[in-house]
Amino acid sequence: MKYVIIGNSAGAVGCVEGIRQVDKDGEITIISNEPYHTYSRPLISYLLYGKTDEQRMKYRPDSFYEDNGVKTYLGKEAVSIDKDNKKVILNDGTEICYDKLLVATGSRPFVPPMDGLDKVENKFTFMTLDDAKALEKAINKDSNVLVIGAGLIGLKCVEGICDRVKHITVMDLAERILPSILDKDGSELVRKHIEKKGVEFILGDSVAQFTSANTAVSKNGLELSFDVLVVAVGVRPNVELVKDIGGEVGRGIVTDERCRTSIPDIYAAGDCTESMDITADQMRILALLPNAYMQGETAGITMAGGTKVYDKAIPMNAIGFFGYHIITAGSYDGEEYVKKDGDSYKKLVTRDDRLVGYILIGNVERAGIYTSLIREKRPLSSIDFDLIKEKPQLMAFSKRERAKTLGGMK
Amino acid sequence: MKRIYVNEKWCLGCHLCEYYCAFANSGKDDMVKALKNITINPRIRIEEHNNISFAVSCRHCEEPLCVKSCISGALSVNDGIISINQDKCVGCFTCVLACPYGCVMPNDDGVMQKCELCTKNAGGQPYCVQGCPNKAIVFEER
Ligand SMILES: Cc1cc2nc3c(=O)[nH]c(=O)nc-3n(C[C@H](O)[C@H](O)[C@H](O)COP(=O)(O)OP(=O)(O)OC[C@H]3O[C@@H](n4cnc5c(N)ncnc54)[C@H](O)[C@@H]3O)c2cc1C
Ligand code: SF4
Ligand code: SF4
Repeated sequence: MKYVIIGNSAGAVGCVEGIRQVDKDGEITIISNEPYHTYSRPLISYLLYGKTDEQRMKYRPDSFYEDNGVKTYLGKEAVSIDKDNKKVILNDGTEICYDKLLVATGSRPFVPPMDGLDKVENKFTFMTLDDAKALEKAINKDSNVLVIGAGLIGLKCVEGICDRVKHITVMDLAERILPSILDKDGSELVRKHIEKKGVEFILGDSVAQFTSANTAVSKNGLELSFDVLVVAVGVRPNVELVKDIGGEVGRGIVTDERCRTSIPDIYAAGDCTESMDITADQMRILALLPNAYMQGETAGITMAGGTKVYDKAIPMNAIGFFGYHIITAGSYDGEEYVKKDGDSYKKLVTRDDRLVGYILIGNVERAGIYTSLIREKRPLSSIDFDLIKEKPQLMAFSKRERAKTLGGMK
Repeated sequence: MKRIYVNEKWCLGCHLCEYYCAFANSGKDDMVKALKNITINPRIRIEEHNNISFAVSCRHCEEPLCVKSCISGALSVNDGIISINQDKCVGCFTCVLACPYGCVMPNDDGVMQKCELCTKNAGGQPYCVQGCPNKAIVFEER
């Protein structure tokens, strides 16, 4: 059996490990246009922050490809798929035959059209190791940095470079930071914390025009000057390889719960796909590393003939800034229970006897117990909800259940 | 594989397992010196409510969500034991978000720690088991 994987990140690694659970011998080939050993994409901000280095941020050990019998084409781009002859064509003309193909091409930064952007020389996006290295070269302790986008990626970038530049201004069209994962109150707490580091926020505003290489005017008429510009307003899934050959694509590549696309023998996983968010009954792109890994693993096991389904997808985020931690999961449409306590904030959202979402800020201890209630669609009437509201704890479950989880009873 | 199992009927709520865990992972060879004047941060934790108490530590899951979720590759499976490479961990808390039993927590330096069945310290056998005076924690193949 010949397995070919396009991509070399979480989705791809999950696939290799999934295949090898079932098939120890099949030939595996990885193609990636990034020239590196598989690395952890989220760690690029930690690299600039000084919390990791290029060796430690490798997502798997140096021996990973050898241990798993993987042949790699790194620094090579897949330009098309020939589905009739089951071949992947690379930018240098190489053709690679597959029996089963995984597309784990991830996403790319979205840079909206902005008037005068071409005048700006020092502009960066923040997605890849090369982006991080380029940004690192451009900044110094006298830099004024303008970051457009107060979402997860923009703010992680801010944390990464904060101690290495003079000033950072973050601008977002939204009225609050991290709008995709935080409510108004939570967002304010986190913003205040980041502001303590001297970061300035301009919210509810956007760039109207770049008037020179170092200046911009906002819609609300503010004049901004900067040395370095980072654009982090969002990402777009890399769906083209599948779309071009008639594969079904919605917001992202459409797959079933075994990660098959609409084209025979072609699978997809990770940020390039859409999945069913079980807390909102909606197809969404859940661009998160754990999801990418688990989809990849499911795809790999399925490709190798095993059985596995990926049907418990939920949005979930763990993110922190300067030692202040946030964990969120699910969706926030339902009845709310809110508790504020100094720097800590908790919101639990329930609907139809289920926990469907939560926000924890500050004290995030044992949050996974909440996540599990959401993922497993646990009826709240079957546990002691008052105890769970107080804090995540196994005490809220029945003795019998604990006898299974902790006591080893079958 | 041998795992740690607890029997809550036998748990006295004495917290000795927590102290034994903290000692085993302190790198010191004298329990009194290791634990004197410090707030312990053990990898096994007692939950208590009314008259019920029990110890919770990593289940070494067959489907370890922590490992699958770890963004850095710091968590891995080695012969069934779920272990952490603290040198790689960046303290992002994604594993805390993922573990269904609440068994990973930060150490005093902000990177994660978890029960590794005393495979990396001088304990040899899980120390909490040795320390439990009432055999409420056992280390067995089941
Ligand atoms: C700064 C930053 C911080 C993040 N922080 C977190 C976090 O804290 N927690 C979290 O869960 N997630 C985080 N994410 C998201 C996480 O990185 C992604 O969800 C995850 O990397 C998705 O993995 P993937 O395998 O689907 O795709 P990707 O990691 O995007 O990898 C896709 C790979 O395919 C390659 N490729 C694409 N097209 C081709 C082609 N045609 N030919 C050859 N190769 C190709 C790409 O170059 C890339 O190497 C963060 C992302 C960023 C950018
Ligand atoms: S830390 Fe949690 S998820 Fe990971 S193996 Fe232990 S119990 Fe399972
Ligand atoms: S906190 Fe450390 S061990 Fe946990 S997911 Fe993040 S990097 Fe991995």
